[in-house]
Amino acid sequence: MTLFLLRRLAHAAFLLLGVSVLAFFFSTLAPGNYFDDMRLNPQISPERLSALRAEYRVDQPLAVRYARWAGGVLRGDLGVSFAYNAPVATLLWTRAQNTLLLTGTAMVLAWMLALPLGVWSAERLGRPADIALSWATAVLLIIPDLTLALGLLVLAVRTAWLPTGGLVSVGFDAFSAAHKARDVALHMLLPVTVLVASALPVLLRHVRAAVAEALEAPFLRAAEGHGIARRRLLYRYVLPAAAHPLIALFGFSLGTLLSASLLVEVVMSWPGLGPFLLEAILGRDLYVVIGGVLLSTLFLVVGNFVADLLLYWTDPRIRVEASRR
Amino acid sequence: MSTRSRWLLCAAVLGALHLSVACAGFFAPYDPTAQDREHPYAPPMPLHFVDAQGGFHLLPFFYAQKLRAGSFDQYEENRARAIPVKFFVSGASYHVLGVFPLRRHLFGGGEVPVYLLGSDEYGRDLLSRVLFGGQVSLLAGLIGAGLTLSIGLCIGTLAGFLGGWKDEVLMRVAELFLALPWIYLLFAMRAFLPLAVPPLKAFLLVVMVIGAVGWARPARMVRGIVLSARERDFVRAARGFGASDGYLLRRHILPETSSVVLTQAAILVPQFVLAEMTLSFLGLGVPEPVPSWGNMLAGLQHYNVLVSYWWMYLPALVMVPFFLGYLVLASLLQGSYGTSKIDETLGEI
Repeated sequence: MTLFLLRRLAHAAFLLLGVSVLAFFFSTLAPGNYFDDMRLNPQISPERLSALRAEYRVDQPLAVRYARWAGGVLRGDLGVSFAYNAPVATLLWTRAQNTLLLTGTAMVLAWMLALPLGVWSAERLGRPADIALSWATAVLLIIPDLTLALGLLVLAVRTAWLPTGGLVSVGFDAFSAAHKARDVALHMLLPVTVLVASALPVLLRHVRAAVAEALEAPFLRAAEGHGIARRRLLYRYVLPAAAHPLIALFGFSLGTLLSASLLVEVVMSWPGLGPFLLEAILGRDLYVVIGGVLLSTLFLVVGNFVADLLLYWTDPRIRVEASRR
Repeated sequence: MSTRSRWLLCAAVLGALHLSVACAGFFAPYDPTAQDREHPYAPPMPLHFVDAQGGFHLLPFFYAQKLRAGSFDQYEENRARAIPVKFFVSGASYHVLGVFPLRRHLFGGGEVPVYLLGSDEYGRDLLSRVLFGGQVSLLAGLIGAGLTLSIGLCIGTLAGFLGGWKDEVLMRVAELFLALPWIYLLFAMRAFLPLAVPPLKAFLLVVMVIGAVGWARPARMVRGIVLSARERDFVRAARGFGASDGYLLRRHILPETSSVVLTQAAILVPQFVLAEMTLSFLGLGVPEPVPSWGNMLAGLQHYNVLVSYWWMYLPALVMVPFFLGYLVLASLLQGSYGTSKIDETLGEI
């Protein structure tokens, strides 16, 4: 067990290190930096500029900067944002919370829909109900996020049924607790719909495929012969047997929690990581961009790690294999 | 539907869609950058066959629109005069496939401008911009996919064929690229490249970024196939007869990878078209005045456009038929290369 854990941890650490090096060294390919535009500003003297550059350590060689930055990261310090003059970690985290609120809700909803629908459809493999559902997922699959998000936005704005843009209404602070919750929920409705619609087809197809495969196993015949009720059969015996690919997929969807909604956030002006990172990219706010990339990689790595742990816990084959090595 | 007729239908649909974009100049009535400041945000003009007096016209006609007095974006139709659509008219010059100069257009309004999908803030014809924008977006997708697959094929083949520590190193790097969420990768790579650049350079940059992002997955698949192909009996036999590495790769190993490459191509092209759209939509891709499906939608980031000019959303719907075509193509390819029955979820289409 410990060996298995250590191997996975080492792998995760390697990935994070690699991504950080890659991101950091890519950044030197960029011509110019945050302070270059200031040169043209007559109100900023050259001395002040070089003082600023020294303060933010832009003038030092790359390797030195990387070493300093990496040392900081190990202590939880992701550097300082040029534009906000504030620690990147705090800036990112406040935005990441909003993103997680959105993607977390969407993920829970998508899985809650995908599991029963997938089992339902796999049970009827090839029958009209299954084919109809396949068509429905295909339709969802060919409508890109961008089209769906913009379409819903146009609809919402023209009908004025739902609030568009942002996280809360004007005057949010004065609302009562129930009103606040309702307000946030209403604002979340559109982006969450888009996210669920884009995640659902993939999840549904995987659940259906996994369950359909498990349904062909001989032990199920035996269970059926014992007269176990269909419902209990499906959820107590088939679903665990189909769990392996689904757990890996679950880890993957955990990992995309910070990246799945970037575009939707920009379209719907949700105050999450998406608009923040876009602003940082356009403003050449180097450490924010690198921090964002690193944070999202961290999520991916953690997601995979959780999936590995779950697999280890649920699948005896992996336990045996791991102990044999 | 039989598999054969599905193939034909898919090929016909995809072919027609691509042809109409490739010959955008002919199908588009106007130059995509030509401005008509008299008609900003003109709503789509429907084609009619029956006029206000109840008379039937054999050829479609439309009504001229003019600004309502005292308004800058409210139009009214002049129902008194039906203006027939003129076919094969001479208009703005363009180049077919970028080479042959021509002035002939499929249709046009003659003296009065006709905007079938409406016009944008500068009075540019949306239909023309959609068609020409398709050239940018589709080309970015196609070249990007070609680039990605070439990189993937090279690295995958190298890793699989060389084996040993080289394989190990290449696959670790591929894992790095797989670990990064692609939208971050796209953002990050774009972030570290110059921002304000002329359209052609921006296009090349976008294609390069998109092409460099996705190579890891095809590389891993190709590697797997090369690894197993290398150990096949006929390959060993050929090696035993003294075949060189180059010959083995060319004749025996690379043909085996065609299934992966073709299927991946059908999956990657629409994905990369979307990637170009995303970048251009966010202002990181191909800039104005060159149209692309992405930057045409950028206007929708403004509230007033969303509220008042719904037809600006129409370009977003254009790629749905393209996506459908490519999805069907991918599932047909997967089917023909014998993926398991359950995986082929979309085989019913």
